[in-house]
Amino acid sequence: MSKLVRMDHTGHSTLAEWTAPGDSDFEAAVEEFRRELDAGYIGVVPDGPGRATQVTELPAEADLVIMRRPIAGG
Amino acid sequence: MATAADTHLPELGAVPWRPRLTARSLRTWGRVWTAWTVLGTVPFLAAAVVLFLLEPLSFPVGLACFAHAWIIPELYAYRGVNTVRPKDPRHAMAEPAAQGLLGDLLDHAPRALQRETGLALERGRLGVWLVAEAGALLVAPGGRRVHCFCVGTRERDLPRSDRVSHLLLALRTDEEGSATVANRAFSGASWRVRRRLPRTQRPALAAARRAARDMRR
Repeated sequence: MSKLVRMDHTGHSTLAEWTAPGDSDFEAAVEEFRRELDAGYIGVVPDGPGRATQVTELPAEADLVIMRRPIAGG
Repeated sequence: MATAADTHLPELGAVPWRPRLTARSLRTWGRVWTAWTVLGTVPFLAAAVVLFLLEPLSFPVGLACFAHAWIIPELYAYRGVNTVRPKDPRHAMAEPAAQGLLGDLLDHAPRALQRETGLALERGRLGVWLVAEAGALLVAPGGRRVHCFCVGTRERDLPRSDRVSHLLLALRTDEEGSATVANRAFSGASWRVRRRLPRTQRPALAAARRAARDMRR
């Protein structure tokens, strides 16, 4: 089961889950992912220790996609 | 079909005037900091010696000069370490969930170290990072120099571990870009940083220095 999560005030919220590309859950996840991008979030796929990939479209094959906020110098 | 975005952080668009940080520019920055520290301390040390040679009774002024020469680098190091100093607990109710996500992003040893010290150890190309909620330390290859960066998410209602996760994910996406976006707070000897670091965080610096010693310069 793949998951789309957003880091937020609750720690993190699961926005969508899907099992295979093309199913209705995945389509809902894509819509949710786009909404988050429009809200200013950035999509990231953790690729194992030390690596992550920024994505602009929801990758169906990813186990976990995390939505994060932009960072800035303090 | 999913597509990967540009490997450069989108946040770089907010600082277009900054040249992209590289290992070379980082070394140059370190040397500039060292030169700046020397310029800020040597004149006071020289003044103390000269005053004493001219008039030994002027030693109180000389002592003040020595104190000034000692305090300046200490203040710089203090400012650098402030970037990773633990902040007041916020959104404690959400912290367990945030800690769970952060734990999933880390290997066993860095996860245990993060829970003990609050700093997430991350090996990069520029050195070994210690990521906190509002900044990061970068231990340069060799382990003798530490660069301090002030950086974080502006989102106010995130728990502590989510803030660390934000920086960790940005770092893993684009290490040089993350360092470019961050504000540089200090660069200096690791012993100077260690002295100013809270005792609870010192094991993380020791681990990062060990890892950095194994890196080729």
